[in-house]
This record gives sequence, C-alpha cells and structure tokens, in this order.
Amino acid sequence: MIEIQNLNAYYGNFHALKNINLTFEKNEVTALIGPSGCGKSTLLKTLNRMNDLIPDFSAKGLVSLDGEDIYGSMDVNALRRRVGMVFQKPNPFPMSIYDNIAYGPRCHGVRSRVLLDSIVERSLRSAALWEEAKDCLKKSALSLSGGQQQRLCVARALAVEPEVLLMDEPTSALDPISTAKIEDLIFELKRQYSVVIVTHNMQQATRVSDKTAFFLLGEAVEFDSTDRLFSAPHDKRTEDYITGRFG
Amino acid sequence: MKSGQKLQSLILRSLVWLFAAITACTALGIVGYILAKGVAYLSPRLFAWQYTSENLSLLPAIVNTLTIALLAFLIALPLGIFSAVYLNEYARRGSRFVTMVNIAAETLSGIPSIVYGLFGYLLFVTHISGGYSLLAGALTLSIMILPIVLRTTQEALSSVPDSYRAGSFALGAGKLRTVFRIALPAATPGILAGVILCAGRIVGETAALIYTAGAVAQVPENLLGSGRTLSVHLYALWNEGLHTNEAYATAVVLLVCVAGLNALSSMLAKRIAKGRSK
Amino acid sequence: MKRCKEQAARLLFALSACVCIAAIAAICLFLFANGIPGIAKIGFFEFLSGSDWSPSSGAYGIFPMILGSIYVTAGAALLGVPIGIFTAVFLAKFCPNRLYKFCKPLVDGLAGIPSVVYGFFGLMVIVPFIRTQFGGSGTSLLAASLVLGIMILPTVIGVSEAAIRAVPQSYYEGSLALGASKERSVFFAVLPAAKSGITSAVLLGIGRAVGETMAVIMVAGNQAVVPNALTDGVRTLTANIVLEMGYATDLHREALIATAVVLFVFILLINLSFSAMKRRKTL
Repeated sequence: MIEIQNLNAYYGNFHALKNINLTFEKNEVTALIGPSGCGKSTLLKTLNRMNDLIPDFSAKGLVSLDGEDIYGSMDVNALRRRVGMVFQKPNPFPMSIYDNIAYGPRCHGVRSRVLLDSIVERSLRSAALWEEAKDCLKKSALSLSGGQQQRLCVARALAVEPEVLLMDEPTSALDPISTAKIEDLIFELKRQYSVVIVTHNMQQATRVSDKTAFFLLGEAVEFDSTDRLFSAPHDKRTEDYITGRFG
Repeated sequence: MKSGQKLQSLILRSLVWLFAAITACTALGIVGYILAKGVAYLSPRLFAWQYTSENLSLLPAIVNTLTIALLAFLIALPLGIFSAVYLNEYARRGSRFVTMVNIAAETLSGIPSIVYGLFGYLLFVTHISGGYSLLAGALTLSIMILPIVLRTTQEALSSVPDSYRAGSFALGAGKLRTVFRIALPAATPGILAGVILCAGRIVGETAALIYTAGAVAQVPENLLGSGRTLSVHLYALWNEGLHTNEAYATAVVLLVCVAGLNALSSMLAKRIAKGRSK
Repeated sequence: MKRCKEQAARLLFALSACVCIAAIAAICLFLFANGIPGIAKIGFFEFLSGSDWSPSSGAYGIFPMILGSIYVTAGAALLGVPIGIFTAVFLAKFCPNRLYKFCKPLVDGLAGIPSVVYGFFGLMVIVPFIRTQFGGSGTSLLAASLVLGIMILPTVIGVSEAAIRAVPQSYYEGSLALGASKERSVFFAVLPAAKSGITSAVLLGIGRAVGETMAVIMVAGNQAVVPNALTDGVRTLTANIVLEMGYATDLHREALIATAVVLFVFILLINLSFSAMKRRKTL
C-alpha cells in the first residue's frame, strides 16, 4: 500500500506536482489520467524515485510504502525492487530473453542456476509470454515484436517480486491486439500486486482500473472509483475532460 | 541561362572532377607503387627469428610492435574507458570538471607525436627507466592514444539509449552494475572500433618511439630493453641508406597491417550505424 | 558494503578522468622546465631570430627552422587545401553512389598510411622526379610540401565533407529553385554556409602539417639554413629535434627541447583557433 501526503515536486522552479494526497491500495489497479504535462508521469516516477536521475528535481512531502517513508532512510535500490516499473516504450536490454529476466534477480544476489530458471519461467508465465518464448530463451530480446517486448518488460519487472507495479502508458507504442493482451495481463496481475497505470486512453482506464485519479496542471483534481469518476464526476474540470471538451 | 554562367558551371564542374581524380590517383598511386615494388621482396627469409646483418628480418620488429601495442592498451584502455564512464555516467553534464577534461583531451589529441616522443624521453627514459625501453615506448604511446580511447568510448556510451539505464535502475540495480552490465556492453562495438583505430596509430607511429623505445633491431630480453617497431625499422633502414629492397618489403607489411586494421574499424563502425537505424 | 563499492568505483573513475589533465600538465611542465632555461641561456631573441644553427660552435638560432616549418606548411596548405576542398565537394555533392563506395575508403585509406611510408614514397618517387626535372639533390622544400600536401588531404577532406553534409538541404534546394545551376548552388549557397566547418578542416590540416616529423625528415634535405629556392633543402622544427636529439648534450640538448617548446606553442595556437572556430559553429 502506498500513501502520499502533501506531496509537492519541482523541476528547478517549475512546480510539477501540487499538494498531492492519494492512497493506492493492495490488489487494486489505479489509473492516472489527464492531459499531457499534467504531472501524472512525474507522480509515477516519484513513487520509485526514478526522478532522482533528473538533476534539478526535488520533492517535498511524505510518500510511504507500507508505512515506511521512501524518501527517508530506505535504500533506493531496495525501494525499486519493491516498486517495479514498466516504461512507455518497451526497453528490453540488448541481451537474450533469459538474461533480461534474470538481470533483476542476479543484481539482488540470486546466483543459483536452478533458481534463476524457475524465476524466468514463473515470470514469463505471469506475463503470458511463456508459450511464445519458451523455445527461444537464448534469442536476443530485440528480435521479439513490440508487444512481446513490452510483455517481456513486464516479466522482467515481475522477476524481482515487487509489491507494486508502476506502468507508464505501457500500451501507447503498441498495436490494438498487443494492447488487449497487456490489458488482460494487468487484470491478472492485480490478484498479486497493486498496479498504478498512467494512461492517455480513457477507455483503457475504464477497462482495467478500479480507481482513477484525474490530474490537471499538477493537481490531483479528483480521485474516486473508476465507475463513479466516469459516470458522475464531482468536478466540472473532470467532466469537461472525460467528455472530451479539452485535452 | 547566360553563356557566362554556363561556362562558370562547366569550369567548376571540371575542377571538382579533376581534383577528386587527383586525390584518387594519388591514393592508388602510393599504395600501388609500394605494393608493386615491395611484394617481390617479401621472402620467407624476412620473417626469420633472428635479425642479422645479412638477413634483415622483420620478425623482431613485428614482435616488438605487438608487445608495445599490447602494453599501451593495457594502460590506456582502462584509463580511457573509466574516464569516459565518469564523464558520461557520473559527472553532471557541462560541469567545469567535464569541460576541463574535454579540453585536455582535445589538446592532447592535437599534440604532434615528436612532442610526445620528447616528453617520453624526458620523463620515462631519463627519469624513470634510465635507458630506451619497450616500456618507455609503451607508456609514451599510451598517453598518445588515451584521448582517442576516451573520445570513442564517450561517443559509444552516449549512443546507448537512456531507456536501457532507466530499465536497469527501475529493477533496483545500482549504478556500478548498470554501467558494467548494461551501458558498457551496449557500447562495446563502438569502443572496439576506437581500439582498432588506436592500433593503427601505434603500428604507424615512429617519431614518438625513436627516443623512447629506441631502435635496436632485436627482441629485447625484457620490457626494460630497447627494441624497434616496424615503423622505426623502416626509418632506420632509410637512415642506414643501404637496404632499399627490404625497406620496400617493410613498407608493404606496414601498409597491409594498417589498412587491415582500418578496414576492420570502419566495418565495425558501419555495423553500429546499421544496428542503430534498425 | 555495497555502497562502499559504489563509492570506491566512483572515486576510481574520477581519478582516471584526472589522468588526461595530469598528462597535459606533465607535458607542459617537463617541456617548459627543460626548455626555458636553455632559452634563457641562449637569449630569447638570439634563439628565435638567430639565423645560425651550429651547435659545435655554440650558435643556437632556430630562425631557419621556424621559417622552414612555415614554408613547408604553407606549401602543403597551398597544395592540399584546394584539392581537399574540391574533393570534399565531389564526395558530398557530385559523387555517384556507386563510385562513393569506392572513393570513401580510398580517402580513409590515405589517412591510415603511416608517415614513414609517406616519407619513403616521397623519397623513392617525388625526390628523384624533382632531381631530374628541376635539378639539385631533389630533397627539398618542394618535395616536403608535396608529401605533406598529400598527407593533409584526408584530414581536410574528411572534416570538410562532414561540414558540407551538415548544411541543410533546403539551402541547396532553395538555390536550385531560383534557377541556379547545380555547380552554382553548391559553390555559392552550400559552401559559404559550411565556411566555419571548412576553416576548421584547414586549421586541423595545418596542425598536422606543422607537427609532422618523419615524412618531412626523409624528403626535406634538412639543411639548417633559410632556403632561397623551392628546390633548396629545408629543415623544420620537428626535424631539428629528431635529427640531433640522439647525441645532443648540455646546452645543445636544452636548445632542442626549447625547439619543442616553440613547436608546442605553435600547435597550441593552432588548436586554440580551431576550438574557437568550433565553438563559433555551435553558437
């Protein structure tokens, strides 16, 4: 469970996130929607501290994972192990399928071949890629199709057994069939993980998520169950957005 | 169109073709001439184990060249690659330190090889080892190739997509692991192309070696002994002024080595370019 | 433990990065520390403007060598720059694709030929040619300029070609659309736009020519006097160092190192203007 309290984030002087208060529950899919540049991706990257890589980024406020402050004494690498991430564009490493998935476990100290084999199989199965990939584990990951690559990235993220999975517009670079597969996958994943997904596509948000947060200009305008947010929004701005009046 | 303009265009066009033809003919002429004159003298005797005054074998020079190249790489490769890693992966881009290192590398790459030779002579020969030696030669050359290794590694690293690094960090990998398992392996072809380029420079280098590695025509017993490389051998043959045929043959061997290395390097570079466009 | 390793690695990488700076500092230090006292003993002006170099009688004037380097470089530039730029234009704009695949490796190949091989070729082909055509010994200013002119070709061609290719295609098309011929468009619209890139190509080539040693020694004749004709022998700064360093001692040795200091300053000036050029290009 992730709790965000009074989070403010800045890129230099630019105020990217304004006073965010949100809670992401276990075994739920939360969708973050809103127009480009509204801060939803920034929020996502704040949750696993990927923003640390940006030189003049700073965040104030409390983000806690199961009650532990992630900007406190927690080791960044340990945090990222518990909070996995799938990126907008599939980014498999230029190595074999097997090595891609084993990369995470290896870097957290797993050496046993037998154990790695079972992790690879389990992760690929969870990402619904096992049937397609089991005979070519030694092949370069770059030889897979775009949709397969993205599922590989999901499998790679699952291999380190995270508690939360962050997905940053995971289907925006994919065709409709691959998108459907990823969406099915998200549905399966919430049995074990909490998922936070940033999406541009409002149909996708209604299809996969339990809760939805609408962002505008760095503010979390409305946060509610997906059904309610899309059928009876409280805020005028949310209504304008979901009915397509802007964005 | 006015006829004056037509004439001007015609003149320019013929000049372009003429000068390009001169360049092409010069290149072909040099290579062709050396090959034509030299190949005939490439007898197996020239590759005998011992250099004697009757048989000016190339083999000791070849062995020395390889030794010096290997040593120089042993020193320059880690230094150059690590520097590039620091500049690309650790330091803040555009920081003052990065600018300073870049200026230093740029200046180093502009220094003529005779100045390197003199520096190597002053530092490594007179201050450290006390005589011409393969080691002094290799140390000198390692400084000479350092900026090339640095630059090519930097270029190779910056062409590795940031999404690879982000992917690695997102899995909880540390910086060190990301550098050695993701960034450097992906940059390997580029680094390799640079290394081969350096090898070509080393094989062709003379001025930096005459007063550091010396010109003894034998393979020394250890690294502190003097020995001539292939290029120095050719220079020495000219200096003695007696052995034109052997000089031709040496030039052929040099040309073939360097051309081979260059071809290898550009082949790698081409493969990288192809991989990137995919 | 893990953090310790990360920190240690970071330190190691940072130290490696310092080596480049240390190397340049050491080179300056050693050259200047060994060369300046020599200049001081000989006298700054006597050293630079003295036209008599005879170490056996204690005369150390490097003016002939400075002039020699300048003459040889100017000759090389006179020959190499126009040929190089026109060839670059050819490669970038006129060369049919199929021919390019053959021409480009040829030019790259020129860059790879070791300087001793250039020198040897000059000695066997260019020097005898000059001897039979113009008289004299053949080893001469002319021979050195010819060899160096060929040697700077690949540098001038490579950098100029890149500069020409970097000019937006729209300049070229814009000129064509006004009814200018292809040649006119290339030379009067594209080339001026690539001016700073081509200037840096020329500077880079000149830097190489000034610093070149082995090829020059083999064909220039190496007389330490100011040449009066193109067919006279000439000695450059670089040649001066290589020829006499082997047996020089005391003040003679210091004078040779001082020669390297002068050469080094020359090169630094050329490099400075080169990077100034590059900076202007990026602005």
